[in-house]
Amino acid sequence: MSKILTISPSPHIHQESSVSKIMQSVIIALIPALIWSFFVFGLPAVLTTLVSVIACVGFEWLIKKYLLKVNPTVSDGSAVLTGILLAMNLPASLPLWIVIIGALIAIGVAKMSFGGLGNNPFNPALVGRVFLLISFPVQMTTWPINNNAVDATTGATPLALIKAGLKSGTPVSDIMKELPTYSDLFIGNIGGSLGEISVVLLLIGFIFMLFKKVISWHIPVSVIGSIFIFTGILWLVNPDQNINPVYHILTGGVMLGAIFMATDMVTSPMSKWGQLIFGVGIGVITVCIRVWGAYPEGISFAILIMNAFTPLINKFVKPKLFGGKQ
Amino acid sequence: MLRTFKIGGIHPAANKLSANKEIENLPLPDSITILVAQHIGAPSKVIVSKGDKIKVGQLVATSAGFVSANIHSSVSGTVSKIEMVTDSSGYKKEAIIINVEGDEWDESIDRSPKIVANFDFDAKYISNKIVSCGIVGLGGATFPTHVKLMPPSGMKAKVLIINGAECEPYLTADHRLMLEKGEEILIGTKLLMIALGVEKAVIGIENNKPDAISNITKLSEKYNDITVCALKVKYPQGGEKQLIKAVTGSEVPSGSLPISVGAVVNNVGTTFAVYEAVIKNKPLFERVITVTGKSVKNPSNFLVRLGTPVGNLIEAAGGMPNDVAKVVMGGPMMGKSLTSVDIPVSKGTSGILVVNEKEGHRNEIENCIRCGRCIEACPMGLEPYLLMPLAENKRWDDMESLHIMDCIECGSCTYTCPANRPILDYLRLGKSTVGTIIRNRK
Repeated sequence: MSKILTISPSPHIHQESSVSKIMQSVIIALIPALIWSFFVFGLPAVLTTLVSVIACVGFEWLIKKYLLKVNPTVSDGSAVLTGILLAMNLPASLPLWIVIIGALIAIGVAKMSFGGLGNNPFNPALVGRVFLLISFPVQMTTWPINNNAVDATTGATPLALIKAGLKSGTPVSDIMKELPTYSDLFIGNIGGSLGEISVVLLLIGFIFMLFKKVISWHIPVSVIGSIFIFTGILWLVNPDQNINPVYHILTGGVMLGAIFMATDMVTSPMSKWGQLIFGVGIGVITVCIRVWGAYPEGISFAILIMNAFTPLINKFVKPKLFGGKQ
Repeated sequence: MLRTFKIGGIHPAANKLSANKEIENLPLPDSITILVAQHIGAPSKVIVSKGDKIKVGQLVATSAGFVSANIHSSVSGTVSKIEMVTDSSGYKKEAIIINVEGDEWDESIDRSPKIVANFDFDAKYISNKIVSCGIVGLGGATFPTHVKLMPPSGMKAKVLIINGAECEPYLTADHRLMLEKGEEILIGTKLLMIALGVEKAVIGIENNKPDAISNITKLSEKYNDITVCALKVKYPQGGEKQLIKAVTGSEVPSGSLPISVGAVVNNVGTTFAVYEAVIKNKPLFERVITVTGKSVKNPSNFLVRLGTPVGNLIEAAGGMPNDVAKVVMGGPMMGKSLTSVDIPVSKGTSGILVVNEKEGHRNEIENCIRCGRCIEACPMGLEPYLLMPLAENKRWDDMESLHIMDCIECGSCTYTCPANRPILDYLRLGKSTVGTIIRNRK
């Protein structure tokens, strides 16, 4: 028995889990919505996604190798995921050079400058999207035609139409006649960002991630629930000036934001109660921006604002200690 | 209805490879090594010298204080030397080496297999027997049993809980004891109840041992003050505080002992040893040990004389596998990896696990992605993701206020971490440093 024995501390077994497996599960969950975007927006969607992914992976690799001078591994899949999520938040026909700038901001500024995966306080894909929205407002609100949409004359998002209509004083009942139907919203026969349009395909992704235990229900349910309740109250109080809550949760990237962006582990709270508080905060801010703010949709800003509150939530909302008070 | 603890817990694969193997006697070794530190508390004082002739069951080292224990020889023969040998901690401790000659037992030990259920002992007699026979906790912690039977003044025991959970994967020693020595375990329970002065005892058994549950339940029918509680399979159900929570519903307050909620917990192996000590006058010098592992040819349960080198057990289970990476004394979650197979088994050895290269491989450490799985897994409600960088940065005061001293070192956090972070390594560092700081304050 002259074999050399390894000495290392317990535990001596490990669960079959890894960071790259988690990233893979999220990417798989995004595939149905992604394929739909290729189908309804055509080649522009494919190019935007490809360029975004390649740019994100490329920038991470270059920054690691030449700026940080560390081993440039990109195998954990997080850059690929950021690339896909960034693309899903952009108009499919966005000029590709703008997509590349978005990738540089998302990876370089929002992620690598804070220390790489795990150290970023803000959701990188959303930082990229919001930077582009503020820097290139015209291009970022020029929507491509959805080939599957019933009324394919403009690609404007439903919320943009609603905002314009309310501003010009049109009563809600008239505005609703011009808008896509609920089934259009559910399936995805509407204009909008590359990945936000099909509610049903995003929900399929949600169920897949729940099954794989990659995320829990707390954030999506609290985001969607609080938007529903808040807009519901506003609608009950004044149905002529407010769209009904069901329409609100089916549009404007609520599903994409609640299921895939707000649930980013690095930037959301650690405890279940903290996540519920986080989700409600996102819902309330989103509705405030939509109803009283200048932008037609507000979930990207709401998530970034609540990302800033995550450390504070973590400090005060602790998991339940065994055997007594904190 | 299955009972369980509410906070945390994980579900590793059970791998109870030796569950159906009856307990076999391991052949006597050529020599045994009796460590003087086989229990929590002061190491025992050696009372024999080189050249002394020893019988099986003879007292060779005496208890060195209240929290200490007697140690008896497990073989007959001659004391060869008294020297420092490496034990499972990796450090050298004092030990008595005895060359084995024959198998002559001390005459006062009753070797008959007859099970004696009728007796008339009082608490003092039972407690004294537990002390004289060197009984310590066989669940792995090796806490001297008589100390648990004497609650601090002002605290009274209300219930005795017998720990038959055996929640660590691979280990089956307690399972086999409950199947083959069930009657004795129940008598031992009754003896402990008298010693402790309680009127109620509950035996907790995890639900992956249905044969043990039904055997012990059947045997307990004639005792109307002993019940069996079936437990949900979840690690670490066998942890003292988790077991008390599942069985009684009470949570031991952070920083307190189980006795503060009126509970005293003893392992089934300890309970069996109490039966042998009180009824058969047999000191603790042998115990059931599981030898197991995915690459082990014949995973088995052996009745082993304490002091036998670990290597003998592995040989008897089919020899050392070729792809061995570690030899672990204990279970895969909390056991200690050994520096050599010459190390002797001692009172706290419940299993010898051969971990192969594939299973024991530690992947490269990545950044914490704040997924929160460590928090979901921690049975004590701590925040391992936060405690680890605090230990890395020597923030001992912060660790103390985040309840690091509540950590039971179960390993659930490290087990679940997808970034392969060695969380428990840092928690142990923090716990020992903060513990020293607290002790130095007094």
